[in-house]
Amino acid sequence: MVVKVYGPIKAACPQRVLACLLELGVDFELIGVDLDSNEHKQPGFLQKQPFGQVPVVEDEDFRLFESRAIIRYYATKYGDKNRKLYGTTLEEKALVDQWLEVEAHHFNDMVYTIVLQKLVIPKMGGKTDHDLVQNCEKKLEQVFDIYEQRLSKSSHLAGDWFTLADLSHLPGIRYLVNECELSHMVRDRKNVNLWWNDISNRPAWKKVMQLFHELS
Amino acid sequence: MTVKVYGFVGSNATYRVMASLYEKNVDFELVTVNMAAWEHKRPRFLARNPFGQVPAFEDGDVSLFESRAITQYVARKYAGKGTELIMKDPIQMAIQTVWMEVENQKFDRASWKLTEIAMHRVRGGPELVAEYEKKLSDVLDVYEARLTENKYLAGDSFTLADLHHLPNINFLMETRVRRLFEARPHVRAWVADITSRPAWVKVMSLSPW
Repeated sequence: MVVKVYGPIKAACPQRVLACLLELGVDFELIGVDLDSNEHKQPGFLQKQPFGQVPVVEDEDFRLFESRAIIRYYATKYGDKNRKLYGTTLEEKALVDQWLEVEAHHFNDMVYTIVLQKLVIPKMGGKTDHDLVQNCEKKLEQVFDIYEQRLSKSSHLAGDWFTLADLSHLPGIRYLVNECELSHMVRDRKNVNLWWNDISNRPAWKKVMQLFHELS
Repeated sequence: MTVKVYGFVGSNATYRVMASLYEKNVDFELVTVNMAAWEHKRPRFLARNPFGQVPAFEDGDVSLFESRAITQYVARKYAGKGTELIMKDPIQMAIQTVWMEVENQKFDRASWKLTEIAMHRVRGGPELVAEYEKKLSDVLDVYEARLTENKYLAGDSFTLADLHHLPNINFLMETRVRRLFEARPHVRAWVADITSRPAWVKVMSLSPW
């Protein structure tokens, strides 16, 4: 049975899941959810995901939500297809978890606020809080400084190979270098730039981008 | 080889790690980081955690930061010792991971802001409190439904999905926010259960409050 992924391709969290499934060569069916018409807040969807958020994954007779939980499950299940994606030793796994936590808190909180203030709120007719955006951008620069230092010691965040920790950044950095017009944060840092070029040119991510352009 | 936790008594994230070590009956040394002297922002500590936050962790050659990465490492490394904190069955583990992410992304966001306001670490008027109490209430409504079907968040047994909540719950139960937990019978029973676990009682026995 093919894995069903519910969520629009334009949203960051479904992109995270699709990137992982494509890295592992897992077949999936993408079922769109219309966020603009509030489909995700209707009773039918809330039965799948009680917080009314995307993505949801249905696999045989069970259901998962929270994109970082979904990618951990599939990277474990299909570990034989890519042993390094979630690490093979206890220490490797712990380092992947550590940098996934960094992405989920230090990185994502800032990117989420910037996207909300610069893109979503104006689209809904509201006013951007520029002070808040400036504050978040400053904090994000500090996060990228730490990444620059980390990536001077290893080619990827959790070690010298691509893992879930790098993958988890793809949707957020895509926003930064495109709609948010903050590509300098990546380009101005030699190691971060090399890393971004590496991870964003992986075939799996390029396929996500292809779907993004086809289906948006 | 001694396990070391670099943090301090009073730090919720340090408590999270300590709870997992006590649950697993793993001996460790708490190395106090002098926050008042800005030790956490000095190079020696930044080498342990470049974000300058507690806790940091050391187990032989393994050095880690981020409390929820540390607890997962402890749960895996010491599997078979003390309380099993992670599910063995892969699908049950996947469901556990879902609820660990819910705590991480939803519960912590709302509960930590209310904790910071109560500690006067951020300015918070009644509007901000009401906003975050609403966010927490919405999360607890989902928990009430979940805990009606399951004794614990991941299923029949206590796991990291429950443990990760302990520090913030413990603090908020000493504030007006406790009414949000107490208004929901299954959440109330779950809170009473997990906060009375011997490992958590041991963590709290060190608390200065």
